[in-house]
Amino acid sequence: MRHVNQGIPKLDAKALITGRPAYTDDLAPANCLVVKVLRSPHAFAKINAIDTAAAEQLPGVACVITHRDVPRHRFTMAGQSFPEPSPYDRLILDRLVRYVGDPVAIVAAETERQADRALKAIKVDYEVLEPVFDPAKALDHPSIIHPEADYHVNHDIGNDPNRNLCASGEFCAGDLAAAFAAADVTVDQTYETRANNQAMMETFRTFCYMDHSERLTIVSATQIPFHVRSITARALGIPKQKIRVIKPRIGAGFGAKQTLVSELFPALVTLKTGKPSKMVFSRKESFTASTSRHAMRIRVRLAADRAGNVLGIHMDTLSNTGAYGEHGPTTVGLSGHKTMPLYNKAKAIKFTYKVAYTNTMSAGAFRGYGATQGTFALESAMNELAEKLNMDPLDLRLKNLVAQGEVMPGYYGEKLNSCTLADCIRRGKEMIGWDANHPCRQISKTKVRAVGAAITMQGSGIPNIDTASVEIRLQDDGFYTLMIGAADMGTGCDTILAQMAAEVLCCDMDRIIVSQVDTDHSPYDTGSYASSTTFVTGTSVIKAGKALIEKMITMAAGTLKADPGDLEFNGTAIFAGSPDGKKAITVEALARKLAVGNGACLSATATHSSPVSPPPFMAGFANIELDLETGKVVVKDYVGIVDCGTPINPNLARVQAEGGIVQGIGMALYEDITYNSAGKMMNSSFMQYKIPSRKDIGDIRVAFESSYEPSGPFGAKSIGEVVINTPAPAIANAIANACGVRLRHLPMTAEDVVMGLHARER
Amino acid sequence: MQLKNFSISCKINGRTYEENIAPDRTLIEFLRGLGFLSVKQGCDTSNCGLCTVWLDGTPVLSCSMLAARANGRAITTIEGVQEEATAFAGFMAAQGADQCGFCSPGLVMNILAMERELDDPTPEDIKHYLAGNLCRCTGYASQMRAIEAYLAAKTAKTAAATTAAPAAPAEGGA
Ligand code: FES
Ligand code: FES
Repeated sequence: MRHVNQGIPKLDAKALITGRPAYTDDLAPANCLVVKVLRSPHAFAKINAIDTAAAEQLPGVACVITHRDVPRHRFTMAGQSFPEPSPYDRLILDRLVRYVGDPVAIVAAETERQADRALKAIKVDYEVLEPVFDPAKALDHPSIIHPEADYHVNHDIGNDPNRNLCASGEFCAGDLAAAFAAADVTVDQTYETRANNQAMMETFRTFCYMDHSERLTIVSATQIPFHVRSITARALGIPKQKIRVIKPRIGAGFGAKQTLVSELFPALVTLKTGKPSKMVFSRKESFTASTSRHAMRIRVRLAADRAGNVLGIHMDTLSNTGAYGEHGPTTVGLSGHKTMPLYNKAKAIKFTYKVAYTNTMSAGAFRGYGATQGTFALESAMNELAEKLNMDPLDLRLKNLVAQGEVMPGYYGEKLNSCTLADCIRRGKEMIGWDANHPCRQISKTKVRAVGAAITMQGSGIPNIDTASVEIRLQDDGFYTLMIGAADMGTGCDTILAQMAAEVLCCDMDRIIVSQVDTDHSPYDTGSYASSTTFVTGTSVIKAGKALIEKMITMAAGTLKADPGDLEFNGTAIFAGSPDGKKAITVEALARKLAVGNGACLSATATHSSPVSPPPFMAGFANIELDLETGKVVVKDYVGIVDCGTPINPNLARVQAEGGIVQGIGMALYEDITYNSAGKMMNSSFMQYKIPSRKDIGDIRVAFESSYEPSGPFGAKSIGEVVINTPAPAIANAIANACGVRLRHLPMTAEDVVMGLHARER
Repeated sequence: MQLKNFSISCKINGRTYEENIAPDRTLIEFLRGLGFLSVKQGCDTSNCGLCTVWLDGTPVLSCSMLAARANGRAITTIEGVQEEATAFAGFMAAQGADQCGFCSPGLVMNILAMERELDDPTPEDIKHYLAGNLCRCTGYASQMRAIEAYLAAKTAKTAAATTAAPAAPAEGGA
């Protein structure tokens, strides 16, 4: 293949690296009103009164908006297809504020300084209520976080707002009681993951203006332009056709931008004032008033026979969705459904879950989306089971691994058509030097090197829901415009989709141009999340490319007076017999001809929605150095072996994997959103919330064991999310191998290791 | 209390600017206000390095410096070193090391400064020099491959120029 499976540079590489203005704030008009939000200092309170008179009188202030002035339609900010599974539990501004940071008033002024001054001049009288922060205590707590009568759900998600229960459910297959009755060995442990911040380098930002036809235009750093359109329409109570959403280049998202965060405030200001406005979140605001990863407490019960056959798995998850239910009912599902199927040989599986509201910041989407949390729990439990069985953890996995051709009851009954996970494990085992280093090697009096491993799976899009349309137009010099609605957030999907188009249309990459997403022009796409873009949108690209070739052949047949069945297409020409022969026309000549008086400019549209979501797989291996005196853990070497089907662009796939692994290491060792006893976030800057720097990271080595997914474009599956899941359990395993301390909560700090060592001595 | 605006004069990418500014204006606000939109802000605590520009040739964090301090000095942004930035961009692109790209201008400014300051840096030297440049997308490994390839190519070019034409001054060896 000429373009697919090639490490082609990203289309926007040179422009972005050399600093060309291309991001939201670079494009905002200079005369935008500056929008700022006054936020609640209380974790739970009722607003008795707000006095905005003084603020409104200040110079430069264009408007001050409070809960009295906003539309009363409850909605969710989660970017999901309608009818959304997340509950409608929000207003743009509400009388009840549910976490420290919840918006209380919106201010727009001519300058930032003026807006800041106006914020300070607003007087709010709060009636402080008793907050609840622990999800286990929140259930049936006397403080009800969502008492509103107009709370609404679109689906039966097992919720009960009066109990602070956002969602609950149960799934089982097989006879779990029988599996445990037959077991020789069992494990029963509870694991805890923490809220993490996505921490993309570009904070949330949006600017808005009214256009020449009195429509609201929203330019925003978002992964979900079409969902922004529909959520804004609902929240503002205006028809969708009055809204246009444009997505410029964005400084990454990792799921954070799969939820509306900065959009609604300037949208409301522009609608009210008629003036352009913009809102740029500070880093602190990005930390304290967006969405984090759902913190989860997951109990895992495993049953196995003496030979190491896993007989039964039960996972029970309690998830903290915080003040609002964005992605609450859905992330939790992945903690079980995208973990247990790894051990599909188990005769019985059971998954139970509850999602609780609390008075912390709302949780939301973050790369891995619940599978990450579940993987830490299940993979840690598997490593504990291996220890009990006195078995090599890799052998235990190989013995129980799901295999190609199997139907997976725990994975929505899907059949697995591509999987090289066993090869991933074997290859990684060799690369990390497992046999020489397992379980550990003392390298000095105080330092130990040890290895640990974990495996994981994810999905490729949401089956039967994610929908991607693509249009390819033949332009008048014989080049093509690829119109997509999928949002490149730095992942390189524009490039990858162009590679697929060039492959189908047999042309050079420079004959494909990819348009930015604009809901007025781009074909519909649910957006870039759930690892859907390569798999779902990619398939649409192939369909549209083939359809366009058909159309070109039909038009050429008319011109050449030939039977379309006799014609061939080779990328540069359409011909019968030989491209240099009599019956031939170049694509360029055909395109030119069509542009003049022919009434037929060619374009083809295709839409794809997949009935299945084939899982990509990965095996991750950590080689750590642990200091027995200080407890400090350094990841010296991390090996990740990935099965993403055919990597469409191996360079970009590799960098996705490397980046995901490093985020996973951050999550494993230090990233942790903490709140004080009043519910105030204690680490709201990069000074306090440390993400890995280049000095924290040892070698990261990635290799591919490519399978071929028959339902994917050119055999591809997804890559974006699966790569973040293995570090936490692999490092936990390595720590246990190094010093015998099993850490069952994240992050695993030096202090935790030392405390564990002391506890062992006692 | 509000302090009065005052005027400053400085050179940006070789051109002189005379501007009237508020005393609390940061250098990044000043630069972006003048249209140097490559300069990005990623934090409010001097931790991310995205806002790196040069002040008289030395990298500084433009988010943490008052514009007033640029009075009488020379500022360089990536707009002023496009040729070198483009040369380096090729190495980044070849690795796929540019993901969202939001961290790139600051990183490039620091890499070009490092190249001027350090001779033959080891991987550890490089990591140390660039430790203040955060990137959330790439995990740094691909950036490292790009930087090493870029420096190696430069060295090779310099060596070739020296052997081929010993009389001519070596290019790019600054
Ligand atoms: S913006 Fe983060 S260091 Fe300047
Ligand atoms: S490429 Fe996105 S932060 Fe570095």
